Amino acid sequence: MNPLRRIFDKARPLFEEGGRLSPLRSVYEGFDSFLFTPKTTSSSGVHMHDSIDSKRIMITVVVALLPCLLFGMYNTGYQNWLGAGAVAAEYSFWGMMLYGFLAVLPKLLTAYIVGLGIEFISAQIKHEEIQEGFLVTGILIPLVCPVNTPCWMIAVATAFAVIFAKEVFGGTGYNIFNVALVTRAFLFFAYPAQMSGDKVFVATQPIMGVGLTVNFADGFSGATPLGQAATHAGGEMTLTNIVGDPLSLWDAFVGLIPGSFGETSTLCILIGAAILLIGGIADWRIILSVFVGGTVMGFVAHTFDSPSYPCSFLTPLEQLCYGGFAFAAVFMATDPVTAARTAAGKYVYGFMIGVIAILIRTYNNGYPEGAMLAVLLMNAFAPLIDYCVIQGNKRRRRNRLISKA
Amino acid sequence: MKVNSTLQLKLKRGLDLPLKGEALEKLPDIVPSAVAIYPDDFPGITPKLDVREGDRVMAGTPLMHDKEYPQIALASPVGGVVKEVLRGSRRKIIRVVVTPSAEGTPERQGTSDAAIAPKTREDAVEALCRSGLWAWMRQLPYDIVPRPDAVPRDIFVTGFDSAPLATDFKQCGIDGSNLQAAVDYLSKLTDGNIYVSCRRGDSLPSIDGITRVEISGPHPAGNAGVMANNIAPVNKGETVWTLDLVTLDRIGAWVRTGATASRTNVTICGPEAVNRGVVSTLVGADMQTLLAGHIADDGRNHRIIAGNVLTGVKTDMDGFVRFPYRQATVIAEGDDKDEMLGWASLSPNKMSASRTFPSAFMPWRKLSGDALLHGGRRAMIMSGVYDRMLPMDIMLEPLVKAILSRNIEDMEALGIYEIAPEDVALAEWADPSKIELQKIVREGLEYMRREA
Repeated sequence: MNPLRRIFDKARPLFEEGGRLSPLRSVYEGFDSFLFTPKTTSSSGVHMHDSIDSKRIMITVVVALLPCLLFGMYNTGYQNWLGAGAVAAEYSFWGMMLYGFLAVLPKLLTAYIVGLGIEFISAQIKHEEIQEGFLVTGILIPLVCPVNTPCWMIAVATAFAVIFAKEVFGGTGYNIFNVALVTRAFLFFAYPAQMSGDKVFVATQPIMGVGLTVNFADGFSGATPLGQAATHAGGEMTLTNIVGDPLSLWDAFVGLIPGSFGETSTLCILIGAAILLIGGIADWRIILSVFVGGTVMGFVAHTFDSPSYPCSFLTPLEQLCYGGFAFAAVFMATDPVTAARTAAGKYVYGFMIGVIAILIRTYNNGYPEGAMLAVLLMNAFAPLIDYCVIQGNKRRRRNRLISKA
Repeated sequence: MKVNSTLQLKLKRGLDLPLKGEALEKLPDIVPSAVAIYPDDFPGITPKLDVREGDRVMAGTPLMHDKEYPQIALASPVGGVVKEVLRGSRRKIIRVVVTPSAEGTPERQGTSDAAIAPKTREDAVEALCRSGLWAWMRQLPYDIVPRPDAVPRDIFVTGFDSAPLATDFKQCGIDGSNLQAAVDYLSKLTDGNIYVSCRRGDSLPSIDGITRVEISGPHPAGNAGVMANNIAPVNKGETVWTLDLVTLDRIGAWVRTGATASRTNVTICGPEAVNRGVVSTLVGADMQTLLAGHIADDGRNHRIIAGNVLTGVKTDMDGFVRFPYRQATVIAEGDDKDEMLGWASLSPNKMSASRTFPSAFMPWRKLSGDALLHGGRRAMIMSGVYDRMLPMDIMLEPLVKAILSRNIEDMEALGIYEIAPEDVALAEWADPSKIELQKIVREGLEYMRREA
């Protein structure tokens, strides 16, 4: 027998009802079922089950997010080096990776400890198994936040989102709104001063002796491309990087631009999308229709471009590459719990997210990014969309009966 | 005489499980040491006992009858002595066991060669009920033994079993003139069509008065509910009957000779069965005789299933072959091995419809599988999984939610009258949240029958 298995079996009585450690039962169960496949066999219905379970689904999403996480580390270091005016010889790949790693690690740990902590407690209270949903949420949260978000804010926002967006509805599978986006929205509306502007998207201080100091006096602007567009006033609009050099669409596609930690690289997001689609975890209908919706609205906005809405100067392709649009399309809109669940409904749901994201971004200068709000808004409408699709099926059945009579 | 015609049905959704353990050989005939009838295998019937332990019975003697419709009999498949009436809690009848008489050849009731030729429809129904063969049919809605007072709109006969490792009807010695006799008999009981399905490319004995349905596609393409839903769905207030080709053959034999045949082919199959093959034995044969020397001696925990892995009944060596199955499947229970980090496995031996497992890219590889849930029970998380496994115009997910909330109006509107638990078995297999769909659907059907 596996020695680890023996340790777990030996410890089991401690955690069971009446054991000394019974308040930690859910933790024990959680680790046990994480390490070892539970030996529950089917008791009713089918005698065999597909090998897939929600753990594997969640882990696949986490794997799909890794390219974005790794690139986010690199980019955080890169922006720091760039902002500090380092010369090319000083750029070191591993130095930048280490810097980015040190920058994101506390946020990652904060999100997981707070979120999983609440999950463990609620599983204990409800006498249920730990549910895996937070495995994904925990990595999404640092990826959608600016790198300079203080850990305590992430802790407060995560706790709010997990309790009020998920647990009060019954836990994983019952929530109406995407938990990671509720976290982001909470931060956005509760701490607007700290969560926007041009200072939060670039790490400016050395961490544990790694990295450089970025000096604001040197004409430095850490504003994201969309932030620049939103505050643009008159004249030719040129988006620049943080030291004032013009940005190309290629920079935005690769992701070497300031932005939320994991959202900048469209390339890495597409790698993640490929993993999700090959694995059959995300629904291609949603991803496709978000991009179609965004392109259509981007095209409309660009056709009727106007100086009062400077974002309308962006081409549809730029709209897709800048900001959190691609990230939202691939990782947020496809959350199966909060998305539309019917096949036809998914097209409508995705298309509307694409349209609304670009609509908010272009025509509301107060919000330089609309993807988050678009997904949350359509989360609220997803049940209505499904309702309409299901009514169609019911109507077909009713008409069959009437045509017979 | 109705016009003979042929329909084509191409089904795309569904899946043939890549399960190891096919039975190819023909094995010697077996005379079981006991046979059993389980009233639970005949949903809709409230059994009343007609015999006591020690009674002598003949093949075709009623062992039990229905409380509401006393003419519906559950007949003994063999002549012999009633060995056991097993009762459970609240004296519920679990099973009636009959020991075949020593001669081995089943004595028959009504062995006269006189054909059955009832004059009126009522007589025809009554005779079929009393023969015991009535209980072998099902009706939609509710997936129960047909109510004798309802006239079926159509009758659907399934000509093949698409379940994993199922018995091939072609090996069951089906007789064309029996089928014709049965179709002639049943066509008096319905004003509608008699549909008989077969796999595209397979031949079906030529029968007058039926509509042939040539079906292509993976399991559950062979299910009667799937055929009915795709051809002529059951509306509220309508009734259709469903049965399989072997039962049709049996009805024909009974019409022609007055006796019910009780021999049947049973397939011994599954990844943990050895010397696999098809045996000719009696309906309801005991596992002890049937499976002797067929269980792999590899020290693993085994699960013996009377039926197929999707809809069969878990049993053990003391159990019996259960209606309507002609199959005994042996698989590994799977609880005797420790597996670390199973959710991260990249093993090509894990059976899955999900492309996160390598096996999904190698559909030609046959796999063993086991009875593990492979995960914990969860709320519905993934969407669209059920739809890929159910080739019917039914939105299963909203229907399941309607059943769970006991919403009669929604259940009706979403098509509960068109579905049987066996139709959702494949979706239950594929569900990452491990929800007990067959159980839920059965409870929903029972609820509708009581309340609606």
